[in-house]
Amino acid sequence: MMNLFDFAKKAHKLLPGHRSCAGCPAPIVARAILSATDDEVVVSNATGCLEVVTTIYPQSSWNIPFIHNTFENAAATISGVETAYRSLKKSGRINQNRKIRFVAFGGDGGTYDIGLQSLSAALERGHTFTYVCYDNEGYMNTGGQRSSATPIGANTTTDPVGEVRVGKQESRKDLMKIVAAHHIPYAAQASLSNWPDLLKKAQKALSTEGPSFLLVLSPCVAVWKIKPDMAVELSRLAVDTCFWPLYEIEDGKFRLNFDPAGNKLPIAEFLKHQGRYKHLLEPKNKKLLDRLQAEVDHEFEKIKKLSEIGISVF
Amino acid sequence: MQKKALTGAGASAEAMRQINPDVVAAYPITPQTPIMETFAKFVNDGKVSTELIRVESEHSAMSAVIGASSAGARAMTATSSVGLALMFEVVNAASGMRLPITMPVVNRALSSPINIHCDHSDTMACRDAGWIQLYSENAQEAYDNMFLAQKLSEHPEILLPTMIMQDGFITSHSVEPVEVLDDETAKSFIGSYNPEHSLLLSKKPVTFGALQLFDYFFETKRQQELAMDNVWRFYYSIADELTQLTGRQYPLAEPYHTEDAEVILVALNSAASTIKAVVNKLRKQGKKAGLLKIRLFRPFPYSEVSQHLQKVKSVGVFDRSYSFGANSPLLSEIISSLFGLEQAPKVQGYIFGLGGRDLLEADIEKAFEELFQGKTSFEKKYLGLRG
Ligand SMILES: Cc1ncc(C[n+]2csc(CCOP(=O)(O)OP(=O)(O)O)c2C)c(N)n1
Repeated sequence: MMNLFDFAKKAHKLLPGHRSCAGCPAPIVARAILSATDDEVVVSNATGCLEVVTTIYPQSSWNIPFIHNTFENAAATISGVETAYRSLKKSGRINQNRKIRFVAFGGDGGTYDIGLQSLSAALERGHTFTYVCYDNEGYMNTGGQRSSATPIGANTTTDPVGEVRVGKQESRKDLMKIVAAHHIPYAAQASLSNWPDLLKKAQKALSTEGPSFLLVLSPCVAVWKIKPDMAVELSRLAVDTCFWPLYEIEDGKFRLNFDPAGNKLPIAEFLKHQGRYKHLLEPKNKKLLDRLQAEVDHEFEKIKKLSEIGISVF
Repeated sequence: MQKKALTGAGASAEAMRQINPDVVAAYPITPQTPIMETFAKFVNDGKVSTELIRVESEHSAMSAVIGASSAGARAMTATSSVGLALMFEVVNAASGMRLPITMPVVNRALSSPINIHCDHSDTMACRDAGWIQLYSENAQEAYDNMFLAQKLSEHPEILLPTMIMQDGFITSHSVEPVEVLDDETAKSFIGSYNPEHSLLLSKKPVTFGALQLFDYFFETKRQQELAMDNVWRFYYSIADELTQLTGRQYPLAEPYHTEDAEVILVALNSAASTIKAVVNKLRKQGKKAGLLKIRLFRPFPYSEVSQHLQKVKSVGVFDRSYSFGANSPLLSEIISSLFGLEQAPKVQGYIFGLGGRDLLEADIEKAFEELFQGKTSFEKKYLGLRG
């Protein structure tokens, strides 16, 4: 397994000099995942922060072939590229020895919401590609609007904390299970805070025949209102509170990769650093906070049980 | 060359078989469906080496062919009506990325009310999307235009996508004799596609679809317009090359008895055939009637149209779609073509055939009659409309 020193020395596919906010983890997530293969890689990227900050014409941070099409179609687009690869190989225009991997990146808006149909169909068709959703829990490129990945109680610009409605009232969409319902060979949830785990999952995904999926938490400095040096720490707290369980679904089998057990922290430890949750820790919003805690506990226990049972859910 | 009994849809599929694109992605919609079904059979019978992506929507069909085309593959899709409307966002992305995608579009009315029959509201809504647009009178033209389209789109100094239109049901589902090229001839006319920039074939990595702000966007759009201008530079040589193989002519705007005409009707697609029948009848009666059929709608051949129309008394323009609250699409182009002439003919716009309403010879005769009498106005006139 590559350590951080090896990683730093690697020829990177996504180069520095892009224009993300200070402390934004999204490009780090992308670079880390892409470092997990030595094969050629082609990237498709949905409209969103990652795309915007890396491709401001006439510059591009992408040192590999890259396409941004529109917002909701990163998966359909990469499926076209992957199909072209197979076709051109068949007709001999691409050398038989060339091995190319295909990766699509999308934010949670471009994945859970507007791009879900495109993703679902590409998974169902079985293209060999890896879809990576960097999940910052909202539409950040457009200023922090709610998405279906935004957790209960969060303050967003389209569902703000008001006098009669206190931010988002609905639970997060369970994208991992939706993806798994396509019976793809490999899906995993990962976090930047657990580097070897992330790299291992990226390596697995990038060597899977057929579709693979990675869901990585990407704490947003600007909209979560956290300090610029906190993104990795917030990722760690998300894992240690069981808000963001590290797990895989491989051929239908759940595997929990990390259980904080006795060291599990209450959800407030994750929330208290974030401006978007300031209100949630006030006593008057305790009901909402309890709902969030109950949901986190329930989801974690479910994943844990499913991994203990060890049978394929396919 | 060989004569086959083909529907318009069958003719498009036959051309697709001969072009043998690397990738096709498509989604069914009436009346485009027989193109895709016929082509899918070619794929599954091994008659083409195309990889077919059976997508879940037209938006994904266009998105996937954009991916394939940017990868360096020859890529196609086909659609109709609301399918084209659904892909509108990415139709623009395709031309903005300068991808030579070709797409037969079988014209059908847009919803609502839902209607599966022919009018041109779908492709007219895309007339400013940066695609070359070729209209086809019949199955033969639907076939021939596919070859023109492929060569125009892929010309290194054009690199724009092309839509090839035919009328839903009227053309797409009617069987006609179609002269088909030999496979080998078709193949060598089309040649191979070797893009200068692509995701998979370029030596250096290429970024497609970068963000451009106020500092570059405008120039990029201007380059698209210059590429459209280049269609004029290369159209005739491509068309002549095809003529040598087929013996048929491919004028931008096809004149029919226009030379000595007093009145000329202007139309797109299958209406031209019906109008020709009426012209023949009127000519027998000694009336100087003519037709100008527009093949290329984008870019629009203003000067050719002007040359054909400038000497007549009056012109009737037949539109199979609205531009609500304004002059209909074809009418506004014809008025623009004639603008500034010292003795411009009078122009009357007619709207007909929406949602598949038949265009009757009697209606066309009525229009000719009015125009011979010099009756024109700025009002919209209708053919075949009740009340
Ligand atoms: C069809 C369409 N609708 C809306 C937008 C506006 N828009 C651009 S990026 C974006 C939000 C992206 O959010 P997400 O996918 O979560 O990525 P992030 O910016 O948070 O990284 C929106 C709403 C668009 N570009 N296209």
